[in-house]
Amino acid sequence: MPGPGWDWAGRSSFADLLARTAPEALPRAVPSDVAPHGTTIVVATYAGGVAMAGDRRATWSSQIVQNDIEKVFIADDFSLVGVAGTAGVAVELVRLFQVELEHYEKVEGVALSFDGKANRLGGLIRANLEGAMRGLGVLPVYAGWDGARGRIVSYDVVGGHYSERDYYAVGSGAPFARGSLKKLHRPDLDAAGAATVLVQALVDAADDDSATAGPDAVRGLYPIVCTADSSGVRRWPDAEVEALASRVLEARRGRPDGPGAPLL
Amino acid sequence: MTMPFYVPPEQLMKDRADFARKGIARGRSVVVLRYADGVCFVAENASATLHKVSELYDRIGFAAVGRFNEFESLRIAGIQQADVRGFTYDRADVTARTLVNSYAQVMGAVFASADKPFEVELVVAEVAGAADDDRIYRISYDGSVFDERSFAAMGGKADAVAARLASDFDPAASLSDAVKRAAGALAAASGADGVPLEVAVLDRTRRARRTFVRLTGERIAELLS
Repeated sequence: MPGPGWDWAGRSSFADLLARTAPEALPRAVPSDVAPHGTTIVVATYAGGVAMAGDRRATWSSQIVQNDIEKVFIADDFSLVGVAGTAGVAVELVRLFQVELEHYEKVEGVALSFDGKANRLGGLIRANLEGAMRGLGVLPVYAGWDGARGRIVSYDVVGGHYSERDYYAVGSGAPFARGSLKKLHRPDLDAAGAATVLVQALVDAADDDSATAGPDAVRGLYPIVCTADSSGVRRWPDAEVEALASRVLEARRGRPDGPGAPLL
Repeated sequence: MTMPFYVPPEQLMKDRADFARKGIARGRSVVVLRYADGVCFVAENASATLHKVSELYDRIGFAAVGRFNEFESLRIAGIQQADVRGFTYDRADVTARTLVNSYAQVMGAVFASADKPFEVELVVAEVAGAADDDRIYRISYDGSVFDERSFAAMGGKADAVAARLASDFDPAASLSDAVKRAAGALAAASGADGVPLEVAVLDRTRRARRTFVRLTGERIAELLS
């Protein structure tokens, strides 16, 4: 509560407030081999928005420890955040980031700009998780609607952030997913097309990376798919993702490696 | 050398109360009232950006009258307390009662011992799943708390506004009726027509986690017509 010595230097930032009042609640860097890992988030822009998807697997060493984990989150009304890496830290980082955005909006009466939010996420990583980043502890990817178009922002191991053009992937299956995205992504896709490309990329990543899961029809576990456009963010209901994933898998019965690209 | 005069505590408190009341009476009034889907905040406010009404947490809203700098720092302190509690415990553990307690403590302590009391009056309101569990708390400049059953009026003409609202209050009114009644009571008490209104609601029917919605000028005009 405010008194005569009321400190308001960092009053718009929830993370700064937490560092002053309850530092023990901040996410901490941990060695990356002691706790379960979540993997492979894929993102792609489309005409009028941006889509993000993540598989549901968490692994520890060579074991699968969870098959329904969620790694793609709605950050606020117009943006999404996905985090690959140490699951416990990633979830805490996302929770902190969500409150950070909401806190700013409530205190200042307006939401942060897209670039302001992207910058803030980099700041949170630098401040709290620098050690973990070196061992690939957590790597987020941020995406959203900036008022004019869908945007993707990637982060590196020191919290630096970069605007990505059309698509991006992060996590252990990312190299395979990125190869798939490279061949399938087109800028004139619509939301459903972008979601299809993302699911194809996750299936391709699951083919080659043991830490990434494909759609699990037996348990009814499908990737999390979210989109952000001018009307806001939307998490696709399970039924919609199930229908999409079924079509992707059905088409692969004829060609297990997925759709082919023209040679020239 | 000047001699310090003895001032009896009764007189001291009365002077402070008069001082705070005078400060509060200078501002325009604010009404917080229940309606069918939650709680509605209506304030006469010439500014579109310097708000008297704001969101504290998912189901909790804040309204204030008096000195802007004072209620603004109280508002931010409330948001900070709510966000820290929601983050370190759970979102469901943030309640209006805790916030009201903190406000009452700090305002009571300032009234009794600081250089001058807060010249503000606050409302903290909360919507629940069922209308019967909605709460409207009014906190006075001296830290006293009132659990208002159906509505709260604050500011210069609070008594006149409250008297007029009490005559035809209906907790099951539609949003449009509630805003019309509140606007009518405010206009009648202040004698000024056409003062811009700031209107916000805590709407329990919203599917989103955050129930606080600030209404746009267009929407307010639509509700009043």
